[in-house]
Amino acid sequence: MAYQFDWELVVSGQYGDWIVDGLITTLQISGISIGLALVLGTLACIMRLSKLKPLEWIAWTYIEFFRNTPLLVQIFFWYFGSYTVLPDSVNAWLNTVNQEFACGVIALTFYTGAFIAEDLRSGIFAIPKTQLEASRACGLSFMQAMGYVILPQAFRIIIPPLISQFLNLIKNSSLVMTIGVADLTYMARQIEAHTFHGLEAFTVATLIYLSISLVVSFSIQQYNMRVLRAAR
Amino acid sequence: MHWDVVWNNFDYFLWGAYPKGPLGGLAMSILMALGGIFGAFWLGLLIGVCRLSKRVWLRAPAMVYIEIIRGTPLLMVIFWFYFLAPVIMGKSLPDWQSAIIALIVFTSAYIAEIVRAGVLSLPKGQMEAARGSGLSHVQTMIYIILPQALFNMIPSFVNQFVSLTKDTSLAYIIGVSELTKTATQVNSRTMKAPFEIFITVAALYFLVCFVLTELSRRLETKINRYQARGR
Repeated sequence: MAYQFDWELVVSGQYGDWIVDGLITTLQISGISIGLALVLGTLACIMRLSKLKPLEWIAWTYIEFFRNTPLLVQIFFWYFGSYTVLPDSVNAWLNTVNQEFACGVIALTFYTGAFIAEDLRSGIFAIPKTQLEASRACGLSFMQAMGYVILPQAFRIIIPPLISQFLNLIKNSSLVMTIGVADLTYMARQIEAHTFHGLEAFTVATLIYLSISLVVSFSIQQYNMRVLRAAR
Repeated sequence: MHWDVVWNNFDYFLWGAYPKGPLGGLAMSILMALGGIFGAFWLGLLIGVCRLSKRVWLRAPAMVYIEIIRGTPLLMVIFWFYFLAPVIMGKSLPDWQSAIIALIVFTSAYIAEIVRAGVLSLPKGQMEAARGSGLSHVQTMIYIILPQALFNMIPSFVNQFVSLTKDTSLAYIIGVSELTKTATQVNSRTMKAPFEIFITVAALYFLVCFVLTELSRRLETKINRYQARGR
């Protein structure tokens, strides 16, 4: 039996709306997680570099543990185990919002934050040590030196790896379908289950992911070339 | 706390129902990762070398392959092989086979980029000197360029292996009974220890991946020192 393609089905009508809804959810969850992961990653990186040993150990444990375990397991951990891990107040709040979505955001944030912390650390190491010493000698505190002198430069250096972390996050967000967040992948799967026209649904979803990635990575290349030209 | 749940099912986490039933759990995850990295190494090497070729008909398809795979979530690639195989071949593959194929295809695109970066980081004079002494392009690649490039790439390969080990967890989605799947099975059967179960499973993955990450760090320092001595 040959497979009958039916593209109309996926790009218009009810199923077309599903795809659009899924894309919006994917973009929402990615956007929120990217913002939070940046904050968490920066915090973890500063703690990792601080002279206070306990802070350094906490950050080290966080980074190593979250980088070396699969995101899927982390998603399950937050989703199924959240009521034992998270404080009661957070759980009460989770029950009032979209719990799947919130757990997805938590998982993606913690996972990506660990990677961002490491990228940022390598960015900070790329800045001459004298910068920190000079700013400390000028009378800035460690936090002030970090905030005003070191971090702004480090972030400029790590823009390319940071953007590929964002791309990874958008691709990784497809995993939240496992806990029932209605993202793009979830919708494609849903259409497959309803119509048995999985090939069309997955083609459309893949093309959407692909175009997001290609547009973003093309922009990085343009940016890199501009920076290189400026440096020359 | 219900650590007894974890304790009673620990052998199930490690090797599934084996020897009474099919192999599963962590053993299955590691086998999939090993098979995946072996297949992805050769496919990635081939595609990486094609990507570097001067011939457009070799370079262009390799580039398209790399860009498409790297721009697509692994989950999508897994679904593709799972749903596409029955359409193309008229029968469905066993779950673990289509999962391994998807892992190989996905990882090979990343390995191809590692190969490309490794070859490009060698001094250009190597290729010119080898060609100048009468070797063909293919001979130069096999005898001169790749052995050096691959040696420098070892840490990146180990890192890719770590990613792959973590990625095997996605085979859960199509029902392969690897570590993550066994965890969710035990979780839905017992219904009282999700925290303990997923912490244990995370710790098992962590153990494998952290050892590998440390290994890659050590190798990196060693290779850097080796290169510094050579120059």
